[in-house]
Amino acid sequence: MILFEDFILRALAAGLGVALVAGPLGCFVVWRRMAYFGDTMAHAALTGVALGLLFGITPVAGIVGVGVVLVLFLTVLGRRGRHASDTLLGIFSHGALSVGVILLATMESVRVDLMAYLFGDILAVMPADLAWIWGGGLTALAMLVVLWRPLLATTVSPEVAQAEGVPVLAVQVAFMLLIALVVAVAMKIIGVLLITAMLIIPAAAARRFAASPEAMAVFAAGIGAVAVVLGLVASARWDTPAGPSVVAAAVAVFAVSPLAALLTGRRG
Amino acid sequence: MTQLLIEGRGLSLTRQGTAILSNVDIHVGAGEIVTIVGPNGAGKTTLVRVLLGVLAPDGGTVTRKPGLQVGYLPQKLHVDPVLPLGVRRLVTLTKRASRAEVDAALVEVGGLHLAEKAVSGLSGGEMQRVLLARALLRRPDLLVLDEPTQGVDQTGQAEFYELLRTIRDRRGCGIVLISHDLHVVMAATDRVICLQHHVCCAGAPRTVAGDPEYRRLFGPAAAEFAIYSHRHDHGHDLHGNPLPCDHDHGHAHTHAPTASDEVRP
Repeated sequence: MILFEDFILRALAAGLGVALVAGPLGCFVVWRRMAYFGDTMAHAALTGVALGLLFGITPVAGIVGVGVVLVLFLTVLGRRGRHASDTLLGIFSHGALSVGVILLATMESVRVDLMAYLFGDILAVMPADLAWIWGGGLTALAMLVVLWRPLLATTVSPEVAQAEGVPVLAVQVAFMLLIALVVAVAMKIIGVLLITAMLIIPAAAARRFAASPEAMAVFAAGIGAVAVVLGLVASARWDTPAGPSVVAAAVAVFAVSPLAALLTGRRG
Repeated sequence: MTQLLIEGRGLSLTRQGTAILSNVDIHVGAGEIVTIVGPNGAGKTTLVRVLLGVLAPDGGTVTRKPGLQVGYLPQKLHVDPVLPLGVRRLVTLTKRASRAEVDAALVEVGGLHLAEKAVSGLSGGEMQRVLLARALLRRPDLLVLDEPTQGVDQTGQAEFYELLRTIRDRRGCGIVLISHDLHVVMAATDRVICLQHHVCCAGAPRTVAGDPEYRRLFGPAAAEFAIYSHRHDHGHDLHGNPLPCDHDHGHAHTHAPTASDEVRP
């Protein structure tokens, strides 16, 4: 039975690791209306990978490095207020995606599977990747737990949070860097074009079931995990591309969530 | 002399070449209700933000009592329905509190019945009480409220200011109010600061009401409100009430709602 092959089990473990952290973090992305920022961060990751390969450092370092630069740029330019934030994000997002593709295409020494970076290659996950995904994912989750209370206060009202002693700017920057870390964790599996989906779709689907922010985070992690299992099973069964299948499964879960909420009598 | 909680001296702030604050002095003592009035765009909110440390002034200094606990009620707080936030969770946003403490704070503002509601479903007046309970849970030395009665009806406004006085009397905290509701505020405040980028005039409500600068800013109608509140103050004086007031204000319960009914045509 194909479902019990090693590579499928590794894919499941990797996907669940990503879902576990992407769900709760994605809740904040949804609450703070930062879906486009998530996209930008993911696209910038492609440039990060290319730079990593170019300078012979690990791609993960490249991704986080580009993420830090992006956060700095957005924080500084955003404060000047000369351009709307979605305009800035659009410039960075598409700029970084294009530069990344160009760099990867012109690299002669390395043969790169561009499709794997764009849409992920979860079935090619190696044991070393698993260690990185779970290690990085659990680290991100722990950071999110520490950040939770100040980040929630900042999300509800940056003004009140600041007046009452929350270091708002530091919290916001930490949150953006956390997204960069999760993008670096999830990229191999789901690809830069689809990472945002794993952040926002499970969170959006979880809304109907949750009566508190914390419950929504837990439900989002659970729904993400269900999407990973369904998507991988479908992928193995019908030989469809794995990453897109997981995202399609998440969309399906989102679509039936109103019905499920109705049947279980849970309302948020 | 009451204990000084916070003091701003010579505060100045300029944005894009426009002086929003120029050489503003303000101080608030424990047990004192200070109201900042002024026309739209006079820099009221900016002044409060500078006092709170949200904005850094270009000139001047802000001195706080060491360890000053601040409770802040913003002008408005919009919680998107996409964030499932209940009242209990909102009031413990920046400070943990036990269930009993939350209940006690909600009782104090007359909002215990709101405890299990979702924040996105609250009305303007309900939201205010919840936000006040939230601020009280921080055991503030200083409460800061930015136009707290926007979108609340007349009776609701008078009740709210009365509630603030009760809280001040019970807890002895200082209160800074920003307001447009001149007539109601006049009756519920110890000191008024009339702001138009600079401090036009300041002092006890009746002093400010008689000030030509004040009349120029707010027009004759405002002066009428002020005269009314003067009489109201006078009523207080019959009870032997010195300014700043530091004793029980329970008797004013009957005055305030009547005041708002009579004043508005």
